[in-house]
Amino acid sequence: MAEIVIDQVRKAFGLVVALESIALRIADGEFVALLGPSGCGKTTLLRIIAGLETQTSGRVLIGGRDVSSLPPRKRGLAMVFQNYAVFPHLTVRDNVAFGLRMAGADAAKIDKQVGSAAELLHIEPYLKRYPAQLSGGQRQRVAVARALAVEPAVLLMDEPLSNLDALLRLEMRAELKSVLQASNTTTVYVTHDQTEAMGLADRIAVLHSGHIEQIDKPTALYRSPRSRFVGSFVGSPPMNFLTLPVQSGKVQLGAQTLAVPAGAGASVVLGIRAEDLDPAGDGLAFTVRVTEPLGSHTLLTGETEGQQVRFIAESDARPAAGAVIHLRPRADRITWLDPQTGMAWEAAHT
Amino acid sequence: MIVRRTLFLSGVAVLCAWTLAPIYLIFLGALGGPNLVAHWPKPFVPFAMSFGALRYFLDIQGVWTATLYSVEAAALCMLLSIVLGIPAGYALARFAFLGAVPFRLMVLMTRAFPVAILALPLTVTFIRLGLYDSPVGVGVMHTTLALPFAVLVSASLFQAIPNEFEEAAWVFGCSRVSAFFRVVLPLALPGIAATAIFAFVISWNEVFAASVLTVRHRTLTAYLLSVLSESPLHVQFAGGFLLIVPSVLFVFLVRRHLFAAWGISSR
Repeated sequence: MAEIVIDQVRKAFGLVVALESIALRIADGEFVALLGPSGCGKTTLLRIIAGLETQTSGRVLIGGRDVSSLPPRKRGLAMVFQNYAVFPHLTVRDNVAFGLRMAGADAAKIDKQVGSAAELLHIEPYLKRYPAQLSGGQRQRVAVARALAVEPAVLLMDEPLSNLDALLRLEMRAELKSVLQASNTTTVYVTHDQTEAMGLADRIAVLHSGHIEQIDKPTALYRSPRSRFVGSFVGSPPMNFLTLPVQSGKVQLGAQTLAVPAGAGASVVLGIRAEDLDPAGDGLAFTVRVTEPLGSHTLLTGETEGQQVRFIAESDARPAAGAVIHLRPRADRITWLDPQTGMAWEAAHT
Repeated sequence: MIVRRTLFLSGVAVLCAWTLAPIYLIFLGALGGPNLVAHWPKPFVPFAMSFGALRYFLDIQGVWTATLYSVEAAALCMLLSIVLGIPAGYALARFAFLGAVPFRLMVLMTRAFPVAILALPLTVTFIRLGLYDSPVGVGVMHTTLALPFAVLVSASLFQAIPNEFEEAAWVFGCSRVSAFFRVVLPLALPGIAATAIFAFVISWNEVFAASVLTVRHRTLTAYLLSVLSESPLHVQFAGGFLLIVPSVLFVFLVRRHLFAAWGISSR
């Protein structure tokens, strides 16, 4: 039972502002991913929640309690670190039991909770080993088990999968999701990998140079990015952006005429995902430059109206470079953006 | 492959010869009896091994008392170096405080100061403080020699331990102090043991300050310096031999702790 409230938290390292007045409310049991490029402040924010870093101003509340000036041990949370930070001088069992021992739990409780955490993460065979005898993936499991064994109200994870190889990462991601769904713990998860954030989180907060650019459900974030930055950072390939001239409140896309939001100026930016373009005889002319067969689909990169566009075609499509395809964007999947501010029209004008 | 292996093995051989040859020569001198000392070339094994010189040496009056003083001084030096050096090293490794770099430099600079210049003022001060001519005084003096090493070595030990271990300990219920004792200290222990032994050996081997600061309560090195200069050569060798034995034994005893840390054997 712990809701996290981040109340106007600001962090400056000398003259460098790492976080500017972050306000964020994470509901009890919710899984929120902090997503952003390196240096956006996501790790700093997580460390402030953990109490490993002190905010310059603002408050952090966990479960209604102001923990702003409490040391990490008094905040009732657990954390999984990027490099695991599994204690090398303790056996796996002692590592998993560490938090419980520090909390002064009795032997029976320690045995029970260590046992169930070990079972959950399939590390029972290694309980007597030392971390040096484990692989990276196994150490990662130990780190997660150590965090879950204390049955924390809040679980913080700092890029926990980034040191694993691609296949193992995919496997751990699915496992992590099922484990965390069962435990119903409020989770804050820092990552720079947008697929990880999309796959795991209930909501994603996209951070950009020290502020939250947008916070929403993964699909909403993907479909209606609030800004050019979100559209190009979330999703692979990034969203297409076409700057188009506006004539009497409309833009012309081949034979298709679309009404732009009221109040748009001489030009407007149309944002559309690569998979939301349909081949149509009377659509926009798209000149193919590069064809990348990716198995499940074929990614085409080319030009429309002199601007770069990516288009996801079906997996057997093999157009030659220079071929022209006509494409029509799905009207209900279009995001209109202001060319000056780079913000989505609804976000900037409502 | 073969070239690299040959290079490696010859390197090992040179290092072994470098350390073992002098020890072996002292061993021969100590056990070979009076005739062998002046003999050249030396035989590989002393055929007529005799413990006469060693026994003669151990029977010299005051050797045992001097040994006891040496141990007292060295133990005190070791204790003070660790107790004072580890917090200083930890501070240097973990906190970015104003003047950290000059402090680090100053610690090193103390070793550049020749003890010979300090001898007279030190003697006067120690007489005033009542530390003169006591193993405690010698131990304190030796601490100043060993402490810079203790500080700098433990600083690099702590630096090598990732911050995340400590942070994980804080998150999982430790205070700063208990995180240090439960996580950082066990991880640094092999290195700290090495530092401690190093401090002990520095004190055990030191002769100049010990000679200046004592008259009747001499440590072994100082005592031998004054007594052995008038003894026959093979007895001097016996003295030297017995002096190096503790250092070598000590290092052998803690060898396992120095190299085999937490399931990672030295490779």
